[in-house]
Amino acid sequence: MKTDDLIKALAADAKSVEPPIARTLAIAVGAGALLSLIGFMLTIGPRPDFFELLSTSVRYTFKLIVMLSLAIPAFFLVRGLSRPDFKPDGSLWWLAFAPALLLLGIGLELASVPSDTWHARMIGHNSFYCMTIIPILSLAPFIAVLYALKSGATTYPTIAGAVGGVLSAGIGATLYASHCPDDSPLFVALWYPVGFVLMTVLGALIGSRFLRW
Amino acid sequence: MRRGFAGVGVARDDVEDVVQDVLLAIHLKRHTWDPAMPLGPWVLAIARNKMIDDLRRRGRRHEVAIDLTQFDIEGEDQQASIDAHDVARVLSRLSDRNRDIVRSISIDGHSAREVADRLGLTEVAVRVALHRSLKALADTYQEKVE
Repeated sequence: MKTDDLIKALAADAKSVEPPIARTLAIAVGAGALLSLIGFMLTIGPRPDFFELLSTSVRYTFKLIVMLSLAIPAFFLVRGLSRPDFKPDGSLWWLAFAPALLLLGIGLELASVPSDTWHARMIGHNSFYCMTIIPILSLAPFIAVLYALKSGATTYPTIAGAVGGVLSAGIGATLYASHCPDDSPLFVALWYPVGFVLMTVLGALIGSRFLRW
Repeated sequence: MRRGFAGVGVARDDVEDVVQDVLLAIHLKRHTWDPAMPLGPWVLAIARNKMIDDLRRRGRRHEVAIDLTQFDIEGEDQQASIDAHDVARVLSRLSDRNRDIVRSISIDGHSAREVADRLGLTEVAVRVALHRSLKALADTYQEKVE
């Protein structure tokens, strides 16, 4: 086809523009998170004394804050990565905020509880659920965010997929954290990353192929 | 862009392929441009991405552009044969009806309304078919990369 002919076809197609990608992403992530939330509420749900814990348990509230402090920057990064003219460079460091915060929490925990309880607090009681339920709760946002990214135009498919994985695991982990009775930062640091690593690697693998355009 | 490619020794009709790929991408991905951001870097990012894809594909096939004289010839005949070649290759992936629609609008210059009347379709149906065909064309370029 002659280039001039192609331009005529493109001009004839001028009306069919998709909604802005930032909006598509916000809706997709919102819908995915909502789906996970509904599934979560219908099955295991948050701890019955959720609201009380928020004001009485520092550790409980802290782990929720850590999870959100990972999910929120991941969302903004994914939003940027959906555009071709976005360069991630330094902004990826925002993802290090949550691990740094968790490290601080570990320091405070080690300083405040006797050392003979460290091991028990770290191993906890629910490590198996933690490792399996986080990926399950991440699934709906994961699929939604990858599809939304697909309609975008990332020039970093692998990174975009990986950060999409972090975002979906962040949503899944926030929900799971509100259910899990193990509140110690030691437990969070040992078991939660399993789900994150899984979703991140999955996102990178799928993204590197699926997000090309 | 054409100049950039000539610089690395890529044959003229292949360059035109990438130019078309870029135009299609700019068209189909225009919802990823944030109006609050400058347009230039966005266009360049798309062009750069497509050029890299193309060069990578070329590298993988160990293909070398040989005929440097092509860059000096602007003959009508040569252009016509390149175009005919491209029409066959790119449009062959579409269904008969969609190919007819794309041809009528692009090459023959008819409006969507006229094509709709001729084929007994609604104008909306023609526009949808055109849009799908353009996406299919973009995918054709993408498949060549993989």
